[in-house]
Amino acid sequence: MKWNVFLPYLAVTAGVTYLIRMLPLTVFRREIKNRYIRSFLAYIPYAVLGAMTFPDVFYATGDIRTAACGVAVAVLLSWRGRSLLTVAVAACCAVALAQGALLLF
Amino acid sequence: MNKMLRRGFRHGIPIGLGYLSVSFAFGMKAVGDGLTVLQAVLISMTNLTSAGQIAALPLMTGGAGLAEMALTQLTINLRYALMSLSLSRKLDGSMGTVQRMIFSFANTDEIFAVASSQPGKIGKYYLYGLMIAPWIGWSLGTLLGAAAGTLLPAFVRSALGIAIYGMFLAIILPPARKKQSVRFVVSVAVALSLCFHYIPGLNTVSSGFVIIICGVLAAALGAWRFPAEEEAA
Repeated sequence: MKWNVFLPYLAVTAGVTYLIRMLPLTVFRREIKNRYIRSFLAYIPYAVLGAMTFPDVFYATGDIRTAACGVAVAVLLSWRGRSLLTVAVAACCAVALAQGALLLF
Repeated sequence: MNKMLRRGFRHGIPIGLGYLSVSFAFGMKAVGDGLTVLQAVLISMTNLTSAGQIAALPLMTGGAGLAEMALTQLTINLRYALMSLSLSRKLDGSMGTVQRMIFSFANTDEIFAVASSQPGKIGKYYLYGLMIAPWIGWSLGTLLGAAAGTLLPAFVRSALGIAIYGMFLAIILPPARKKQSVRFVVSVAVALSLCFHYIPGLNTVSSGFVIIICGVLAAALGAWRFPAEEEAA
């Protein structure tokens, strides 16, 4: 990507991300009292990650069938509370195995 | 001082190792999408956030406006504001404004989780130590993925493509299992996201706005239906 296109994007992503983390720690030190706003902020990560994961995850490997195998393993292991690293690695292995199986049959 | 620095550093090592593998996938994807190795690494060194960086890639390559980029990052990373607010109460007297400005750069989900699980108040040396390994792991993993990703056989590359989503699922599913409120929020967000991908007309909305709309609507509906369960994380 051309640098004159890239650098403004880099400045905006890094700048916005930093300000979101920095301002509440330095400027706004008061607690949020309103329980609707607190709940809203608490739910945002789950909503965002859910929307980013589906349906995109099914296109992450180039083949919906192998991706579905990876999703199945990831869902099963995360449902059981396994760590981030375990789930990520197991999903990759499941996809690799599924690709091997597709080649054989 | 040295003892707290070392202690923080030690606590950051498992986080750094986890970041190494996930950022490898990010670096690979960034180069695959048309960024240079240096650009991919610069993004990781300055942002230090998984979801925000992944969402930024299609916006960059698709030529999105800077306002859309800013709004997307604001929505995805809004959770950090809550973490910073929460962590603010745990810091001791050594954390003045300058120290807070330095540490806040590294207040990721995992660093926040480790820092807030420490007993009592925490100070600058512990937090500075804690930042080091995750930042190195995230930057180094991106470098390796961006530089060596294309050398890997195709089947390994496509298998690694799912790593980041596996991590996302590991973040959202355990609380979704425990709390009806989180289950509700995730279900609404996924349903909305599916609509924006497959319904003609709606599927022309760009990826940044889809995340903003799905995220804000689902979280707002959740807050309206389940306002009491605020400590969802």
